[in-house]
Amino acid sequence: MSQNTAVKERKAKPVARKDMTRAQWTWKEMKKNKAGYIMIAPFFILFFVFTVVPVFLSMILSFTSFNLLEWPKFVGLDNYVRLFLDDDIFLTAIQNTLIFAVITGPVSYLLSLFVAWFINELPPKMRAFVTLIFYAPSIAGSMYQIFGIFFSSDRYGYVNALLIEYNFITEPIQFFQNAKYVMPLCIIVALWTSLGTTFLSFIAGLQIVDNSLYEAGALDGVRNRWQELWYITLPSMKEQLMFGAVMSITGSFGFGGIVTALAGFPSVDYCAWTIMHHLEDYGGQRFEVGYSSAIATILFLMMIGSNMLIKKLLSKVGQ
Amino acid sequence: MARKMRVRNHKVVLNRSAGGDAGITVMLVILGVLMFIPMYFSVMTSLKPLDELWIFPPKFYVINPTLKNYADLFKLMSTSWVPFSRYIFNTVLITVAGTFGNLCLGSLAAYALSKIPFPGRKGIFQMIVLSLMFVSTVTGIANFITFSFLGLVDNLLAIILPACCSTLGLYLMKQFMDSSVSNEALESARLDGAGEFRVFWSIAMPMVKPAWLTLIVYSFQGLWNTGSSIYIQSEQLKTFNYAIQQILSAGIVRAGASTAAMVIMMIVPVTVFIISQSNIIETMASSGMKD
Repeated sequence: MSQNTAVKERKAKPVARKDMTRAQWTWKEMKKNKAGYIMIAPFFILFFVFTVVPVFLSMILSFTSFNLLEWPKFVGLDNYVRLFLDDDIFLTAIQNTLIFAVITGPVSYLLSLFVAWFINELPPKMRAFVTLIFYAPSIAGSMYQIFGIFFSSDRYGYVNALLIEYNFITEPIQFFQNAKYVMPLCIIVALWTSLGTTFLSFIAGLQIVDNSLYEAGALDGVRNRWQELWYITLPSMKEQLMFGAVMSITGSFGFGGIVTALAGFPSVDYCAWTIMHHLEDYGGQRFEVGYSSAIATILFLMMIGSNMLIKKLLSKVGQ
Repeated sequence: MARKMRVRNHKVVLNRSAGGDAGITVMLVILGVLMFIPMYFSVMTSLKPLDELWIFPPKFYVINPTLKNYADLFKLMSTSWVPFSRYIFNTVLITVAGTFGNLCLGSLAAYALSKIPFPGRKGIFQMIVLSLMFVSTVTGIANFITFSFLGLVDNLLAIILPACCSTLGLYLMKQFMDSSVSNEALESARLDGAGEFRVFWSIAMPMVKPAWLTLIVYSFQGLWNTGSSIYIQSEQLKTFNYAIQQILSAGIVRAGASTAAMVIMMIVPVTVFIISQSNIIETMASSGMKD
């Protein structure tokens, strides 16, 4: 790590360092900047122990059979083989997780972008108010459980009551006990809570686009707001687009809690069972640590992989 | 070709068709109402007296608003297994300790990463960016092992310590420092003989107040909503949100009390956001990720 940095630094200022080797230079810089290490140490030690180590520990344990009581036993790829060949529920989980991610990720991203863009030209007070309306659901804790009352399975649930009142149905629909409805409803609820950090980042990004660019664009023949968005606004806020994508993707893989709260654990016929649930089941309840580490590793790789992929794609915006 | 130019909020706004403006306004109102409806209903339901909760079909407004549900909630709480104040105490303790820790460790680290060119800082920053790309559930099982090793299972430190090294607030603060704290100001203080800690505390920190506030709000929101956790087993160490989930699990029978609980849970983070909104947006302006 430090060597890489040193190489880059050397390219930046080649003159000062001709008289010593890379290692000597690095050592000198390290001594000169030792305050930096002291300042970052408290954070980094905790970060290392609680974030870096667990990722690698999971990867190692995923090749073992381990129940927390006996010493882990190396089993090679057995856990992965079992996951993909013997565990039908896991395949359902992967499928549902991907459906969740592919729908909620892009939709919440685009929703954040367009709402932020719509409200960009409102007067500041008005904009702050509208921001609050759209952002509040993402920080409102367990408020999404109101959907449990909306779609309650008896006639006192608002939706059933309306449908019965206007004679669309005679018997109340069991919304969260019917495999047909659970996934779509959970996706709607997840979208309701999804205008979070990405949204705020876009609002801020739109505010700092240089006005002279718009004026110059108008002179160069930008005709309407859509052209302006594509040719001027988006390229100027590319870094926010990137950050927002990371936030949205990470969020779109993490919606397990909403399903558990609304549809139960497990949801009926495992119809909305995600990798998060599988992980909780094997890790938090059955304590099959090796097996759940394999699940965690797959989830980790899926998240990192899709983030990298989207970063690649987004670097093409406006080019 | 003549171009339309209008001034809106003292900014020059170009090339806007009236039809487009109208369309956007309509879209915005529809979306806004959809977002607002669930919150509206939560508040309405929480204010309904018992007989109105059982009207068929349910009404979309309250006829005789009452705070009885809130009173009931506290009655329900006082009959719980563990005194309810204990759940609230736990949540407050986790939130305050975790946020304070995250602020101290995070701001020191952000300063070091942004302003001290020590070898290795780029690598560390890349690890932090990478950590934004996965949810902490992934590390849950492995952390459970770490906590058993450290003897911290069933100890609130198991929630507080990982919160102290949460990376989002640190990332935002580092980016904010990059763009809004000038190196010249720091350099002149260093030339006057100030040590790094002094420069950090008396020059850099006052310049990044919006970023502190953002870090505090993010840490606060996350911790305030802490629910059940595999690290915590004893009932007397569980959180407010966990207790609320227990009440909510009774379903529509307790619709009144449970919506009252939701409203209470919501009010705190939403108020915090209202107060800090302009600072958060200011911080977010530099949130961008370079490739």
